[in-house]
Amino acid sequence: MEGLSVVAANLKVFLQPSQSNNLTLAIFRELSALLFKYHDEFDGVLLAYNVHAPENKGRILPGVHPFIAVRLEAKLLVFSPKPDMLLEGKVVKVAEESIHVIVLGFSSAVITDEDIRNEFKYKTKHGQGLYVNRSNKRHVIKAGTMIRFVVKSMNEETLHIYGSLIPANTGSIKILEKSSEHTNTESVTINSTPKKRRSKEQGVAQITEHGSIVKDAPSHNNYDREIKKPRRS
Amino acid sequence: MQTSTKALSGAVADIDDLHHEKLLKAIFNLSLWNFGPDVIDALLELIVSLAASNGKHVDSCLDMLVSNFTPPNKVLDMLKQPRGLEKKERVLPRVHAALKNISELVPMAASRLSSIVLEQMPWKSKRNVDQWSMKRQLIYVENMFKLESGAIREFVGANMLKDVMNVLRDLDVAIGWDDILHDDSSKGVFMIELEDENYADGDEDADELPSTLSEKSLSKNLTAELLDSLMVQTFEHLESSVSNKRLSEVFDTLLSSFKDTVLNTYKSKFTQFVMFYACALDPEHCGTEFASELIDMFVGGHNPLTRMSAVAYLASFLARGKFLPPAFVASYLGRLVDWCWQYCVMHDGDMNPKLHQVFYSGCQAMMYILCFRMRLMVEIPLLKSQLFCMPIDKIFKHKLDPLKVCLPSIVEEFLKQAKAARLFTSSKTFVFEDLLVSNLSRDFGGLERLDMFFPFDPCLLKNADRSFIRPNYVYWKYVRTTYHEDIDDDDEEDGSDGEVEGAAEFDDDMEEVIISRSYGDNDLEMDEFDYAMNKMSITPRNNSSAGLRMPSRIRPSMSPESL
Repeated sequence: MEGLSVVAANLKVFLQPSQSNNLTLAIFRELSALLFKYHDEFDGVLLAYNVHAPENKGRILPGVHPFIAVRLEAKLLVFSPKPDMLLEGKVVKVAEESIHVIVLGFSSAVITDEDIRNEFKYKTKHGQGLYVNRSNKRHVIKAGTMIRFVVKSMNEETLHIYGSLIPANTGSIKILEKSSEHTNTESVTINSTPKKRRSKEQGVAQITEHGSIVKDAPSHNNYDREIKKPRRS
Repeated sequence: MQTSTKALSGAVADIDDLHHEKLLKAIFNLSLWNFGPDVIDALLELIVSLAASNGKHVDSCLDMLVSNFTPPNKVLDMLKQPRGLEKKERVLPRVHAALKNISELVPMAASRLSSIVLEQMPWKSKRNVDQWSMKRQLIYVENMFKLESGAIREFVGANMLKDVMNVLRDLDVAIGWDDILHDDSSKGVFMIELEDENYADGDEDADELPSTLSEKSLSKNLTAELLDSLMVQTFEHLESSVSNKRLSEVFDTLLSSFKDTVLNTYKSKFTQFVMFYACALDPEHCGTEFASELIDMFVGGHNPLTRMSAVAYLASFLARGKFLPPAFVASYLGRLVDWCWQYCVMHDGDMNPKLHQVFYSGCQAMMYILCFRMRLMVEIPLLKSQLFCMPIDKIFKHKLDPLKVCLPSIVEEFLKQAKAARLFTSSKTFVFEDLLVSNLSRDFGGLERLDMFFPFDPCLLKNADRSFIRPNYVYWKYVRTTYHEDIDDDDEEDGSDGEVEGAAEFDDDMEEVIISRSYGDNDLEMDEFDYAMNKMSITPRNNSSAGLRMPSRIRPSMSPESL
């Protein structure tokens, strides 16, 4: 699956003086507040972090509201799906006009009927809606199926993804991988994205069928970022 | 309506939030309470589809569903009638099912739901309580509890509980005592409680209240009535948590909320009884967890005010919790005594109320617990030997001189009981003249008056107390002290006021008010038992139709200075 990368970042965290008796906890709190939100600085959604404080101290910044500034080095797992990327997710609802998918357990994606290729026909079986491939009756998409789809766009505010099942290399992952084994064709992409979008190299991780990460990629992107002052005491 | 709604559901992907703004507004302003089940189902399907199809609609969809927690006024009026109940059963389960469906389709929606529920809370929009806002608040909180125990409780449950506790606390603090109280510092703590119980006897007194005071009482009464009803709802929710085997999970959240918001709110009079009742439902786990948390905060805390508050809660809890076995009380008392003694050993200084305020609050807590529980502990040989092994006399004979600093009425009662039990006899003579406070206790109590903070003093909310708290509560009137002989069984049938033989040796004041009938006495007939209960009741009798009137002479034994 594309869209996931591990990046190295130099961060600066501003902590309140009242938190000085437990800086580690305070740092974790600050970074945890950033999770599952889109950040322009990282160009994606922060999913996880691994932080290391190079020094055991922080500078006290003078001012009307003094804060302690702590420098950190962190490895960040960032999710930044871009158009034409291939994503994988679990189908949670199939209706005649749309298929609803959950990606990585937190991001909701919708594929409307206009973006489902004509090969797939909507049917109802045992009260449950499903899409069946006309040319391969075994290729079924129903609630619980893990599918691969192409990203059309993403709403960064709501983390809502609009997807497409038009390309031939999309559909049920199980069927796609079986058919690629059988026909010995090139396996579906887990590679760098097209040149026109990328100016920087990005690390990539493999995702198993259940969405867990099996391989970390080397970090290539370095971000220097100052994390804004805490919102509240 | 149903057909058009279903048609719209099929076309949600084409609905644009800008171009179809009016359509969306019309949909989101609908009240599900006005429709039949089929239309409701169709509407909810549309709402769920809208939320799943476009992230921009999620908040509006959640807003719409949460706004349907409360019905329109005409339905609100008949909620207790069969028609109203039928409507409620038709709408609310469907609304909660739709919330669940949205959370399944849009996982991030659950994190938005808590803040939306808080924003729409009726209490926030109308500070002055009236009948309508009361009904609205009650049904809203009912829904919050449904969320707390429902399918998406993992995501929103904790926040729902915390928000309910905050509402209770805010209502509690809004009931001011300043206009009603007479802060009578010439009476002792225990006498105040007994006088309040005696007040409830006279119906004629209730009619003589000045009109301004009744008006004030009435306006505050609605707040008190709302708080009373919400407390009852909370207690019922705790009971259902027990049936669902979820009480420990719920208690963890309650404890965290208590530590954050109630513990340091000294004006809180009743909210803390939520903790009390939860512990009563499961003394072994919840009771232990609560007491352990309080003692740990006292022993290991940093903030002196929080420590003093924690030990006041601990003392009041151990004294008043009828469900707490004597051995349990003894073990926490032991820890408290050990800490106080260690403090004495480490501090060789003289008496200084401000400097050693945490120590004095610990000593006062010890005495308070023993005022209530000494007799019980002394009657059990093992606990008696534990009690007598505790360095209590060394603490009270130390240079820090806690007997001089602590609240005189508590010191007096403690000394009396300790002397009778031969636990401790002071070599000095203390003449308090029934003083509630002294300058020294005021010093250690500080601005917040933590020297007079007894958070589990009798609960004055009628319904909450009568049905839930009272069976689990120790009233001072029924405490057996070490200096009273037990009344013979034969004598009790004659006098229901139960004056004690040999009481003449005590002061006249004490003789009038101390009644040493042991609680749970089986010799009383039911009528006499009811009479005794009513006599003990501090709520005015004449409240059948006039609504609740708060007793004007009720005072909590903590009286925060109104700054």
